[in-house]
Amino acid sequence: MENQNRLIVSPAPHVHEGTTVKNVMWNVVLALVPALIFAVYFWGIRALTLSLTGAITAVLVEALIQKLRKVPITVHDGSAFLTGLLVAFNIHVGAPLWLPMVGAVVAISIGKQVFGGLGNNPVNPALIGRAFLLASWPTRMTAGWVAVRGHTMSGINNFNKIATNFQGVSQKAYDLVTSATPLKVAQTLRDSTFVSEINAEAGMDLAGRIFTGLTEMDTLKNLFWGNIGGCIGEVSAFALLLGAAYLLYKNIIEWRIPLSYLGTVFILSFAFGSIPGSEPSLMLPFFHIFSGGLLLGAFFMATDYTTTPVTKNGRIIFGIGCGVLTIIIRLVGGYPEGVSYSILLMNVFTPLIDMLTMPKAFGKVKR
Amino acid sequence: MRLETFPGGTHPPDQKHFSCSVPITELPSAEKVVIHLSQHIGAPSTPVVKVGDEVKKGQLIAEAAGFVSLNQHASISGKISKIGKFLHPTGIMSEAIEITSDGKNETIDFTDDENFLSLDPEILKERIAKAGICGMGGAGFPTHVKLSPPKEKSINTVILNGVECEPYLTSDHRLMLEKAEEIIAGLKVIMKTVGACRGIIGIEENKPDAIDLMQKLCEKEKELSVVAFRLQYPQGAEKQLIYAATRRKVPAGGLPMEVGVVVQNVGTAYAIYEAARYQKPLIDRVISVTGSMIKTPKNLRAPIGTSFAALVDFCDGLNGELGKAISGGPMMGFALPSLEATMGKGSSGLVLLSQKEAHSIEEHTCLRCARCVDSCPMNLTPLSIVNAVKYDDVKMAIRAGLGDCIKCGSCAFVCPAHIRLVQWIDTGKIRYAAELRK
Repeated sequence: MENQNRLIVSPAPHVHEGTTVKNVMWNVVLALVPALIFAVYFWGIRALTLSLTGAITAVLVEALIQKLRKVPITVHDGSAFLTGLLVAFNIHVGAPLWLPMVGAVVAISIGKQVFGGLGNNPVNPALIGRAFLLASWPTRMTAGWVAVRGHTMSGINNFNKIATNFQGVSQKAYDLVTSATPLKVAQTLRDSTFVSEINAEAGMDLAGRIFTGLTEMDTLKNLFWGNIGGCIGEVSAFALLLGAAYLLYKNIIEWRIPLSYLGTVFILSFAFGSIPGSEPSLMLPFFHIFSGGLLLGAFFMATDYTTTPVTKNGRIIFGIGCGVLTIIIRLVGGYPEGVSYSILLMNVFTPLIDMLTMPKAFGKVKR
Repeated sequence: MRLETFPGGTHPPDQKHFSCSVPITELPSAEKVVIHLSQHIGAPSTPVVKVGDEVKKGQLIAEAAGFVSLNQHASISGKISKIGKFLHPTGIMSEAIEITSDGKNETIDFTDDENFLSLDPEILKERIAKAGICGMGGAGFPTHVKLSPPKEKSINTVILNGVECEPYLTSDHRLMLEKAEEIIAGLKVIMKTVGACRGIIGIEENKPDAIDLMQKLCEKEKELSVVAFRLQYPQGAEKQLIYAATRRKVPAGGLPMEVGVVVQNVGTAYAIYEAARYQKPLIDRVISVTGSMIKTPKNLRAPIGTSFAALVDFCDGLNGELGKAISGGPMMGFALPSLEATMGKGSSGLVLLSQKEAHSIEEHTCLRCARCVDSCPMNLTPLSIVNAVKYDDVKMAIRAGLGDCIKCGSCAFVCPAHIRLVQWIDTGKIRYAAELRK
């Protein structure tokens, strides 16, 4: 044969599905585009500017560090872009531009590159970035939030239903409903000082009514579509579910972690989520699932490959752990929202979970 | 139709369209054949001829060196021209006997026993052993050994493997369509030798014509049945096949006989039929010559030992510059350094890929995406085996499943980081051979 010398010899398998790291990462970015589009629709071009600032900063920082480390520059693989984008998604639209920049720098440098880059980081880099920002600039991160045009921050639109003379009852309660995020409202209502401040029985009654308002169908609809205040990437449950469905369909993420995470939140919030003066209802778990960063966390961060368990049972344990921690932080912790911390904490447990859940080979008898 | 399958696995595109509708063509003789002394698991055969001897087609040229070994026969008539090292279908150099054709195609006399099914099991087994038959699906385990389980293991089920889950290959498919009755007769011979009361023919759903035909032929036989499988690689792997067909789990490290099952490939069943009825040795087999680079993809019945180059010529040559030539299927087959290699008893296919198809990209760092875990049919943790081998951690490698890996390649097929998992695991299997035997 004239070309026998040029035959490629390599071990089996000789065919490949065709997926690459680059392909996976950019597909996740693509899955986040609906959320970004919704954010731009709600808040204007500022949401896009902030997001791109985070993503581009992350890419530049990664390239710089890789150059300094004298390793191949791999920013085209999309992982840095994705991390930067996720950092920005955890920031609200009223934040200054330097906030996502600083977050992205910390995420890429301390969260990822110090450990050797993609595949070696122990915890989710984007969440490291967010945690850093939240610890360093707590007011910047939580103050100055902007509600979606024509809606309140909390998603409760129908004041009249809650109290006929709302402003008359308490300016404080009015401010709460109009200018706090849904989870902040829920947290405040759980706090007894709020009730006592707006005096005794009337306060108790009002708190219960606001809480009911929070879990009403109208409010849930606002939560689902995103007619509330919140972080850029968290605002619309619908947009996030759209992206998640794409990732599940493309086999890029797997159902175990998101399902066990959301399932745990569903059950626990139904069991423990109500406050004195309100009835437990099936709306409550939906309120918890659609609000805050849960969907973004469950589908896009708790499914991060590197920092979550590889074994099938391990993934379920991981999801349940995230769910339990999220609910503990939301219901009894000092923060209104606990998604990012619960994922970060569970990330740390990942090696241990993997060790304890390593499966037995097909046909191996349990000893 | 109810479709069975097993947990795990993956879906490589089946690529059967090249040759699945091409009937089997005879390649009656070859100018030269190279009969390897190691075409099977076990001791290499011992030559009983010397250079210069004249041999007829079907004549014994090397005999089994012990029980777990195999007889080898001349697949053409001619003169022994060399005994020495030749390129093996697995790509290595190995001892073999070369026969140069005399063009006469003289064959030894075959008998015809029409009542072969009423023969004593021991006689049947002897005929199979004499014919030098080994598993023709690729592993090459001597068939007479497989059909001689220890007395205390009772076999009740024989499964014929008509899955052909490797992409591209169609030799078993064509054989089932063209020699269905003979294959069923072979199945009955196998059942008789091991005393099984149940025979199952397992076929994947992408061969509906074969399923229909076999079902029709098995209708009247109450001990025989056809099981259709959902398309899933590696369904043809022994343990996965047994589970899919019977829901029995072969214990890790154990053999199918532990669950009362013997598995044989449909091609082997055909060879068994020929051996039982005509006492014909295994001197030819069906091989698919396929892939995008072959001008006319064909299923050939060719003499064992024919060079792959001769097969390519018989299929009108190549379409362009060849990238990779694979002996066997693309998931578990061997990339050949040259087409001068010759086909053996386990050669089910020759797959010819273009430069572009053969191109592979560099290994990336593991992302821990766990796709390998999800696709592993043996329920192992492939990435952990690979990491353990990289960091020389024997204990971890074995715990993650090094010893249980069947090297089906599902993990490497789906890995987005293109890590050569099978190669790493193989490295581990060799490096820790002593620890694995414990």
